[in-house]
Amino acid sequence: MIPLAYYLLLSAILFACGVMGFLIKRNIITIFMCIELMLNAVNLAFVAFAAHWQNLNGQVFVFFVMVVAAAEAAVGLAIIIAVFRTRETLNVDRVNLLKL
Amino acid sequence: MVHLALFSLFAILCVAGAINLLAQKHPIASALSLIVVMGSLAAEYMLLGAEFVAVIQVIIYAGAIMVLFVFVIMLLNAGEEERTRGSRIAIIFGIPGLLVGMGLIAWVLVRHNVASGLVKAGALPGTPPRIARLLFRNFLLPFEVTSVLILIAIMGAVVLARRERG
Repeated sequence: MIPLAYYLLLSAILFACGVMGFLIKRNIITIFMCIELMLNAVNLAFVAFAAHWQNLNGQVFVFFVMVVAAAEAAVGLAIIIAVFRTRETLNVDRVNLLKL
Repeated sequence: MVHLALFSLFAILCVAGAINLLAQKHPIASALSLIVVMGSLAAEYMLLGAEFVAVIQVIIYAGAIMVLFVFVIMLLNAGEEERTRGSRIAIIFGIPGLLVGMGLIAWVLVRHNVASGLVKAGALPGTPPRIARLLFRNFLLPFEVTSVLILIAIMGAVVLARRERG
């Protein structure tokens, strides 16, 4: 028996790590990995709350989140390949044609 | 007691992997630490009794998605991250915003009594038959819609990654 708060705290820490990486990392692939980390953190909160409320709908939702994450990873990495082909760089600071 | 010990072990592994993901300079090292995070999260799901979710976490996340990441890192020959001056706006507004968000979550956890509930090990067994019964009855329409989503994602990936012939 451990408190639900522990799971929520772990989820919050992982989510914060994801947001932090999103802000400080400059490599577009690493930034994309931080997005996956945030999705994982949310999944943990879903499963913990499902166990707390004794309701399986939370676990089914995790399944849908994973499907959307897989689709997002496929399209996102294709976009990264397209960006690399035209810009020859993976650094987000050098992809700045729209910047003033 | 065993539950708490196992939870702590995998939680520490998880947070260490996440921090290593931020600390590493090379994308391939970040990808490997992300695999550690996902593997220990699968163990946490198993502790909560979510068997099906734990297995597809390993197969889809740690397997398929991370293979895609590593494949792209190798394809693009991504080297060490070059340090450039990051966007000032992102740092100035992002870090305080993150702190406010974390404070809000901590406040909810302390004040709200939802979080004080106890969770038993294997509290809600999410076995494949039980998940499948929900998925193919209550959630049949969303399940079918996700198949369309995946079809669109496949076509989008092929169109985006195709080399233009001019």
